[in-house]
Amino acid sequence: MQDFRISRRGVLAGSALLLASTALPRIAAAQEPKQGGRLIVAADSEPRNLNPAIVASNGVFFVASKVVEPLAEASFDGQDGLEPRLATAWEGSADGLSVTFKLREGVTWHDGKPFTSADVAFSALQVWKPLQNLGRIVFKDLEAVDMPDAHTAVFKFAKPTPFQLIRNALPALTSVVPKHIYEAGDIAENPANNAPVGTGPFKFAEHKPGEYYRLEKNTAYWGEKLPHLDEIVYRVLPDRAAAAGALEAEEIHLAAFSAVPLADLERISKVEGIEVVSKGYEALTYQLVVEINHRRKELADLKVRQAIAHAIDKDFVVKTIFLGYATPATGIVPVNDKQFYTSDVPQYAFDVAKANTLLDEAGYPRADNGSRFALKLLPAPYFNETKQFGDYLRQALAAIGINAELVNNDSAAHQKAVYTDHAFDLAVGPPVFRGDPAISTTILVQSGVPDGVPFSNQGGYKNDELDGIIAKAAETLDADARTALYVDFQKKVAEDLPLINVAEWGFITVARTSVKNVSNNPRWAVSNWADTWIET
Amino acid sequence: MKRALLLLRRRLIGSIPVLLIVIVGTFLLLEAAPGDAVDAYVVSTGGDAGMIEALRQRWGLDQSPMTRLATYLWALLHFDLGHSVTFSRPILDVILERLPNTLLLMGSATALSFGLGSALGIVAGAKPGSFRDRFLSIGSLALYAVPGFWLGLVLTVVFSVQLRWFPISGIETIASGKTGLDRALDIGRHLVLPVAALGFIYLALYLRMMRAGMAEAWRQDFVLAAKARGIARPRIVLRHVARNALLPLVTMLGLQSAQMLGGSVVIETVFSVPGLGRLAQEAVASRDTPLLLGIILVSAVLVILINLIVDILYAFLDPRVGASEAAA
Repeated sequence: MQDFRISRRGVLAGSALLLASTALPRIAAAQEPKQGGRLIVAADSEPRNLNPAIVASNGVFFVASKVVEPLAEASFDGQDGLEPRLATAWEGSADGLSVTFKLREGVTWHDGKPFTSADVAFSALQVWKPLQNLGRIVFKDLEAVDMPDAHTAVFKFAKPTPFQLIRNALPALTSVVPKHIYEAGDIAENPANNAPVGTGPFKFAEHKPGEYYRLEKNTAYWGEKLPHLDEIVYRVLPDRAAAAGALEAEEIHLAAFSAVPLADLERISKVEGIEVVSKGYEALTYQLVVEINHRRKELADLKVRQAIAHAIDKDFVVKTIFLGYATPATGIVPVNDKQFYTSDVPQYAFDVAKANTLLDEAGYPRADNGSRFALKLLPAPYFNETKQFGDYLRQALAAIGINAELVNNDSAAHQKAVYTDHAFDLAVGPPVFRGDPAISTTILVQSGVPDGVPFSNQGGYKNDELDGIIAKAAETLDADARTALYVDFQKKVAEDLPLINVAEWGFITVARTSVKNVSNNPRWAVSNWADTWIET
Repeated sequence: MKRALLLLRRRLIGSIPVLLIVIVGTFLLLEAAPGDAVDAYVVSTGGDAGMIEALRQRWGLDQSPMTRLATYLWALLHFDLGHSVTFSRPILDVILERLPNTLLLMGSATALSFGLGSALGIVAGAKPGSFRDRFLSIGSLALYAVPGFWLGLVLTVVFSVQLRWFPISGIETIASGKTGLDRALDIGRHLVLPVAALGFIYLALYLRMMRAGMAEAWRQDFVLAAKARGIARPRIVLRHVARNALLPLVTMLGLQSAQMLGGSVVIETVFSVPGLGRLAQEAVASRDTPLLLGIILVSAVLVILINLIVDILYAFLDPRVGASEAAA
């Protein structure tokens, strides 16, 4: 894979020429990015650790991705869905034991020191592999990183590791941090974790707890004439109603991650100067899932699980709870995934009569009060929609004679009850699909996950056949063969229903129309915003 | 002044057993809540078993609750509030950063509800049973019945979104670089709506208390005597009736200050004011026990201090009280 920079610029120049020749001069002029200005966006939380190399989560990326860059970023039209950042090219060896990265030259850290392969080697071996929440899984077999020169890094794996997986992991898992700042002392307690130093288009300027984060333009950024903005300010607005009001009062320009509640979208989309954008979250798909505790005798019966699947009206859930801003799920891999998704899996249409028949067949007849058996249902409190779906599911189960008792907890209590104590029969969870099933999806059904691990199979489900496919895919190097295994995986999951996928959603960005280049990549909210600008 | 200091010391020492009970009680309550700081943290990050175990060790959560309580109390004995795992900073720093905002908000709101409440109470109590008395009494009661967050939201919709007179949230314009008087004015503008939302609700308490006290005082003999001596009515209302009705209000002021700390949680959230109330809520959500204990301690000391000031004020308003305190 060759250097993208030249071709990208070529394309840009070409399209500009095309624009200039066909469009009215006024429109062409309007699209010329304005330099400078302060972009103010809403933030709903302040992560305790702002180092994306240690905590690869959207809450951290939202702020830190402008400061610390990954090797590559997700892209709508780049090869393999990627666009170069700190790496300009990447190549996996045929035996799956090494991956070679060509690194960008002439890049400096925010403190002026040059960026080299030593930083990448340090980040990979000292941070991603031992400390990062996701990297501990994907880079577990990473043994060494060779540095033939200052701008080449060769990852050496102890066991064959699919290049496809490494490639898919690049945007979220490979934030590079400076070796010279982290090499002394305890990495987890380094002050730079709260005031990150990176190579990104913006420098971390200050954090006033409870009020705001402020980022400043990096004038020495490697991207030509980038970034456009002088400053990005993240204003902490803990109240969900506050973001919509602040947008209308023109105190903020943008609210991402559905900070404006879905119920407010219709009203606010009619306000002059405000637009509602659902694009830009394609690589961050959240899945609405019914988690099942297979230790319960009734739920260990496939017929009962099928009955529950038939009792859920997915279209109703999408229309009523998500107000249309979601897609009904067909299986464990989301519909919008381009590499692995297959629709060729068993489907469970909404059919209450069939669900009732299945439960009768399973040997759970209705008692005199109309109830077959009782269950404990724990909806995750993280999103309005997961809580609302809990209410819906209780009613849907009542229709088939299952009496569900709702247990509402706060985040910490839910985490403990479901993932450590297994004190649930059904739970509603929002796992995330991160571009490759091996990153955070297979763990939802795989057996042998220790207690306490969030967003994993804590329902005591064990299926040797599925475990076999997962293990085989982990060492299958050929991308097509690996994809085929995951297609099989999706079928088996849909047949055996270790969990029930109900819907998939991305988030909603609400922005003032003066903000340009919004949502122009599939991880936009957590990308670097170098090309974002404000019309004044 | 010396008497005030003596009183302060006696109050603080006297409140140590109470504080101890509050600390141990809060600790046990939070301990009984399911999930710990690591559970609350991994919800936003995910992670595998090894990482979770390492975090528990690092944050000292692998030790038994009693060991942790003992460690905490021992540190407290050395005036060390400990380290917050959610902020990875010393707790005292985190609290001191937010305390001024809460004091400003609470102080202004108390001043508003006390000042306006008692003034309107005088208006109502000057002629109990009159139309303006009924109007003010019922109106203030209606305000008292309104939930704080709702009043806050309505105020922002009207005055920030529609009219754009006041900023919608925050304590000051972010990263404005303002200093001195400019900054004070800026903070003042930001405080108008939250102070109004917090202050208007408690206004009714003072209004009704003042009015009731005055209605009572009108029936006293000394008022009759004052009238007989031909003293002008305004003077009777202010100097004789209102002043006598003021005493219970001052008592209320002390009690109310504790309640305002609680009421500010909602207002601080609605108006995104970084204060103690919001911090306490975050501490509970993230199961940061030492942080919550620190906030409770600081609030307790605050309430003790306010009540001390109230007592001194009381002695000033009613010389009989000062005499009895000195004798005790």
